[in-house]
Parts: sequence; structure tokens; C-alpha cells
Amino acid sequence: MFNRILAGAVALAVPFAAAQAQAPAQEKVLKAVMHADVRVIDPVWTTQTIANIHGALIYDTLFGNDADQKPQPQMVGKYEVSPDKLTYTFTLRDGLKFHDGSPVTTKDVIASLKRWGAKDGVGQRLMGFVTKMEPVDDKTFAMVLKAPYGMVLESLGKTSSSIPAIMREKDALTDPQQQIKEAVGSGPYIFAKDLWVPGSKAVYLKNKDYQPRTEAPSSFAGAKIPGVDRIELVWISDPQTAMSALINGEIDFYEAPPNDFVPLLEKARGVKLLKTGKIDSTQGFIRLNHLQPPFDNVKARQAMYYLINQEDFLRAIVGNPKYYKVCPALLTCGGPYENAGGREWMKEYNPKKALQLLKEAGYKGEPITVLSASDHATITPATQVLIQAMREAGINVDAQSMDWGSVVTRRAKKDPPAQGGWNIFVTTSGGVGSANPVLHTWIGAACDKGLFGWPCDAKIEELRNAFGMAQTEEERKKIATELQARAMEQVVYIPFGQWDTPLAYRADKIDGIVPNTGLAVLWGITKK
Amino acid sequence: MTAYIVRRLFATLPVMAVVALFVFFLLRFAPGDPAAIIAGEDATAESIAAVRAKLGLDRPMVEQFVVWTSQLLRGDMGVSIFSNMAVTRLISQRLEPTVALTLSTLFVAVALAVPIGVLAAWKARKWVDRLVMGFAVLGFAMPVFVLAYILIYFFAVQWQMLPVQGYQPMKEGFWPFVESLILPSVALGITYMALIARITRASMLEVLAQDYIRTANSKGLATDRVLLLHALKNAAVPIVTVIGIGIALLISGVVITETVFNIPGLGRLTVDAVLKRDYPVVQGLILVFAGAKVLVNLIIDISYAFLDPRIRY
Repeated sequence: MFNRILAGAVALAVPFAAAQAQAPAQEKVLKAVMHADVRVIDPVWTTQTIANIHGALIYDTLFGNDADQKPQPQMVGKYEVSPDKLTYTFTLRDGLKFHDGSPVTTKDVIASLKRWGAKDGVGQRLMGFVTKMEPVDDKTFAMVLKAPYGMVLESLGKTSSSIPAIMREKDALTDPQQQIKEAVGSGPYIFAKDLWVPGSKAVYLKNKDYQPRTEAPSSFAGAKIPGVDRIELVWISDPQTAMSALINGEIDFYEAPPNDFVPLLEKARGVKLLKTGKIDSTQGFIRLNHLQPPFDNVKARQAMYYLINQEDFLRAIVGNPKYYKVCPALLTCGGPYENAGGREWMKEYNPKKALQLLKEAGYKGEPITVLSASDHATITPATQVLIQAMREAGINVDAQSMDWGSVVTRRAKKDPPAQGGWNIFVTTSGGVGSANPVLHTWIGAACDKGLFGWPCDAKIEELRNAFGMAQTEEERKKIATELQARAMEQVVYIPFGQWDTPLAYRADKIDGIVPNTGLAVLWGITKK
Repeated sequence: MTAYIVRRLFATLPVMAVVALFVFFLLRFAPGDPAAIIAGEDATAESIAAVRAKLGLDRPMVEQFVVWTSQLLRGDMGVSIFSNMAVTRLISQRLEPTVALTLSTLFVAVALAVPIGVLAAWKARKWVDRLVMGFAVLGFAMPVFVLAYILIYFFAVQWQMLPVQGYQPMKEGFWPFVESLILPSVALGITYMALIARITRASMLEVLAQDYIRTANSKGLATDRVLLLHALKNAAVPIVTVIGIGIALLISGVVITETVFNIPGLGRLTVDAVLKRDYPVVQGLILVFAGAKVLVNLIIDISYAFLDPRIRY
């Protein structure tokens, strides 16, 4: 009897074993776990970072930022700026082809820029200056501005929120409020839609026809040379499992391991950690609702500075001082526009003084509604620290616990807190985007048209515009200092520090990792 | 019997209609907005409103319900708000891992729990019985995720005998397929095993005290024949019932197990869809789960007639 069972099992197993033996020589596959799963294939439709990482693999951009965050030509071969700085003429480099084999033309480029410019905040600002974009021929087009704008190339090469991905004209003509149906780009990898399992795995195949630039690779600039045959962005939602899978060698790259796991990963054999580039990956901040009392009064907003001891927040989120930085500023510390403007507001932690100032601003003990995310690795502990500080000060806190999905819904409501609105929420912003006053949308104060919290200050918007129009670096730095001082005074938000989420990877299996500056650069990774 | 089955199948229709109604409106009343999640961190309120309008989420709830049910009646569950992929395709992509995990868990649990339950009843109040009951208490008390992490730590990370995570379809090799299911099946199966073992023991103890068992023993029948043919068969109805109830437990357990072991099944799809407020996907999944539960109940009810000839429909 036993022999018959054994024979049956062998008969079953043999065909599978034979099929495996006949499999072709194994292709080089990079298995990477990112901070989120690829669920949206249109990097313009959403500002989700993961959609932009996906976009950066399959789409090319006219310009790409190098490791110093300076825009360098990427799809553009050459460009000229007229002496009056009103006309930019761009010529595409040779050999650009979409994944379906069709050549990239200026029609595709113009349609793509128009769609991006209608949806993305930075794109909208750029298009505010653009009077027309017209093709000269299939490879050259002109962008005409109504006034000189110093952020044209920076905008076209940006890596924060939505990247200006160049799509086929037929895809780019999709309404910007709707998602494109096909993700066909001209970048170094091809999206394998048939192999895509949303919420589990997105697969990218090497674009064998891709012609990289000749310059040395530097972040998003220079040659984009596909390093492996196939990239799999595997989504492992449980961080403990993702860490174990990396230690066990089942994955090669873990983009954002929670800081709690860093000590374990530092000790794991074969695993290396890489700090982000010159700019820390994340800035944390507290947003107050400028439309609702008590924070419609600037004095009440300023009182909140006295509740912030950045070390308390950073210890709760990160723990190890090696990976965090106290930074009482709105523009990223370590970035090109780091400055001292307005820092004096955050010199003292004094809950008693905070309450006293709040009372002077008319606060009479009404409940202050804090949207408290319960499921976020960094925002949850930061919110708890804030709530504790507010309670210590004697403020009546109405902490509304909810998942992050509910926070992002509720924060869009302008109603009073009692009717479903809010007073405070905590969030984070990418360090690269926050380093530049134009790209950093949270520093804006465009009233109803701005981001949640709706700060409203004409002077801030004037300074942001002036920064964009400045023609010299010196001028920009001066404006950035003035802008930060004004934004701190108006309390557009309250920063609680910066931290670095290191990349973790199998140093014994892969090579070519570059520090993460805004978006992960995956195309250059090679397999040993 | 055929008339009974047909009647029962028709009876599932109002059940499914009520489930559909509840799921649709509960989701809409729950806080959260998929448009806000899609638009992303740096989106303005205007941008979110524009996305919401394009997705039709700004329309009256009743209108949305009518649109959805009319689609359902045509066999169309809609498309995911996020990936633009048909819900039926998303579910079919995830069906195999969940079915494989559920069946392997059922197999592990039933194959081990029934014999140890019988053994415990046979050796009632002896050390074997206490050992089995101790295991059952531990199996119930230990959360699935704790056991899962313990198994991963020892069998995958320390001893590197099995993979930490992932699922390998059978078409990619029989052993990788089995290998990827061992730890999840054990982690998920322990609670289930404990439940079935306890019920088997209790049911067997009741049957073993019956006169016909005493008669069978007096006739000098072999112990295994008495236990398996006379006692177990008569104790089977409550055991089969608890296996059926356990499938509901399995569905909830699958959600956790699939998350911890990173198995791309229906459980993880459900969690992700709920967190992202992907309404069409959640609605489709709940209908599938409800349909599966109704079907399992029907199969269990039919099986009673085969196990106990006194039961007739």
C-alpha cells in the first residue's frame, strides 16, 4: 500500500521536476519591496510617490535632477534660452522611442506637458507663465513665457509629487482627472501589465531598445542603463515579514524599513543600509486649520510653537539620533535654501506659556479636534506626542482616532470641527520637495486654492512667485530666507524635525544602489 | 433531495441581496474617501473634488446603488477605483492562493484533529487526553499572527528550511508550491485543529457512553472498528457542523495569515481594498465570501443526510 502511494507521488512530482529542469537560463531579476504598492499606473493622475517611482521606470522626462538636485537634460538633446528669457527652445535627442516602437515626437511632449501642467501644482505654476508651446518640427518645440521664470528647468526635472512624464499623445490627451488606460512610456523599463497583480506585484521588463545618454549616471540625470532583465516591485504590507524576507535573501531591496528595524538590519549578515543623499528623506509637521477658531487667529497659531520639543517627536518616531535631525525650519535643513529665517519662533518649549498665549488669543477651553491617525508608522507616534504636550498644557483635546485613509478624507473638510471638520492634523513631506520654495506646496498660503489648513497670506505667495522669477542663486537665497521668516510668523505649519529612512539591501546580491533623493532610482541596480 | 437543493439555492438570492444592500451602504457611511487617497498627499481639495466627480462618487448614494446593482445583474462587479482593473479579474487573480491555503489548512487540520480528538476520547482523563486538551487550549489562546511570527523566525530565518513569505503557484513547480504553503497552513490550522479536536473528543465521549458501543465491545470487536465504524460515524454530525462553522473562521484567519506570509490571496485583497476604500472591490469580495459561506452551509446540510440516514429532506 505504502509503495503504491509512493509511486503515485513520484509520478505526480516527475512532470513538475522535468518542467523545472527545462526552464530557460534564469534571467536577472531584482525583487524590491517599496514603501507602498503600485495601484495606480498614471503618475500624473495622483501625487502618490509610488506611482511616480513606477512612472520614473517606464517614462522619461525632458530633464532629470542630478545628485545635487540640479536639472540636466535627459530626453532633451540641446536647448536654448532667448536673451530675454521668454522663449525656451528644446530639441529632443536621437533614438527616443516609445515601448510600442513609435518615435517620441514634439506632439507627444507638448500634449504630455499640457496634461501635467493642468494637474500638478508645480506644473500649474509653470503653465501660469507659459503663453504657448508649439512644435517647430518633430524633434524641436518652443515654450514661450509671458515673463521670465527661473524655475522652468527645475519644474521639468522635478521628482517630487507628479513627475512631468512624457507619454504618447493619445494617452496624454486623457482628461487629467481620469487615469490613463495604458502605461506606455519611452523609459528604460517596460511595464508588464499582464503580470501586474495590484496589491501584490508590479513587473517591469528591460527595454532593450532604450538608448541611454552618454554622460555618467547621476540620480535622474545622465545615462539610465537598465541593470537587470526584470524588476519586480513586490508589495509586502507587513514590515516584519519584509524584514525577514530581506534577511533570508528572498528580496534584494527594501526601500523604507521602519526605523524600529534598523538596529536588527544593521546586524543582519549580507544586508547593508544606505542613508539618503544630502537631503534627509522626510520632514514632519503639524498643520493647523486657519479657517476655524482658535487657529484663525495668528496669535493662537504662534502659541503652538511653545508645545514643540522636536527631540520628543524624533525620539518617538526614529529613536536613533544618527537618523534624525532637529530642524526648526520650513525649508529642508541640508538643502540648498536652508536658512535662519523665522527660527526664533521655535526656541522654547513651554506649555504654560502656550496656554497663556492661547487664552490671550481668545481660547476659552473649547475642544480642539486633532485627527489622530492610528495606523501610520511615523504620523501615529508624532500625533501622540503632540496630544500629550497639549494635554500637559491644559488644552482641551478632542483626539479623534481613525485610520490614515479617514484622516486624508476628513482633512479636506472646511466645516467647523463639531460638524465633521478639524483643527489639527500631523503629516510629513519629502525632504527634496520641501527644499525648494516653489516645489514645496505645503509652504504656500494660497487660501482656498492651497492645501488643507488653507493658510492665506498674499505676501507668502508673492515671495514664492518672486523666488520663481529670480534669476540668480543669490537672489533666490535671499528670497527663501524672507519667505521662511514670513511663513514661520504666519505659522503655515509647525515643523517637528527631519529624519532619514535608510534603504536596506542585499550587498551580497546587488550593486549600483544610489542614495534615495526623493524617488528611488532603480534602473541602475545590477545583480551580482 | 434535488428539490431541496434547488430550493436552498433559490433561498440564497434574498440572502445575497441583503448582503449587497448592507455592504454598499455600510461602506458609504463609513468614513473615508477613495478620491482623497487617489489624489495623494499634495493634492488640493479642488483636485480631490474633481477626481470624485470623475469617479461618480459625488452622485446621490441611491443612484450609485442602482448603477451598481444593475451592473451586478448583468454579471459585472465593476472596476477597481484605483487600478482600473475589473473586480472579477482582481478576484480571479487572487482566488488560487486563497483556495490552496484554505484547502491545505483544512487538510492539515482535519487530518490531524479528528484522530487526536478520537484518541483523547478513547483515553479520556488519561495523560494523552490531558495533553490533547492542553494543546487545544494553547491552540485557541495563541493568536494566529504570534504563531506565524514564531514559525517564521525558527523555520525560515534561523534554520532556513522554508521561505518566509510568498506564494508559488502549482504551475511553477510542485515542491515550491507545497513549500510556500507549509508555514501558513500550520499557523492558520492550529486554532482550527484545536476546535475540531475538542468537538471530536466531546462528541466521541457522548457516543462512547451509548449502549450500542458497550454491545460492540462485548461482542469482542476490535477497538479500531468500534472507534471508527461505530463511534466516529455516529459522532460525525457535530464534527462536520463545526468544520463548516470553521470555514467562516478560516476566512477571517486567512486575512491575517495572508498578510503575515505575504500570500496574494483574497484576504489581503480585502484588507487592502478596505484600507484604500476601493468600494467596488470590497463589495465584490463580500459578495463572494457570502456566496462561499452559503454554499458551504448547503454542502454541510446535504452531508448530514449521508452521515445520518434518519435525516431526510
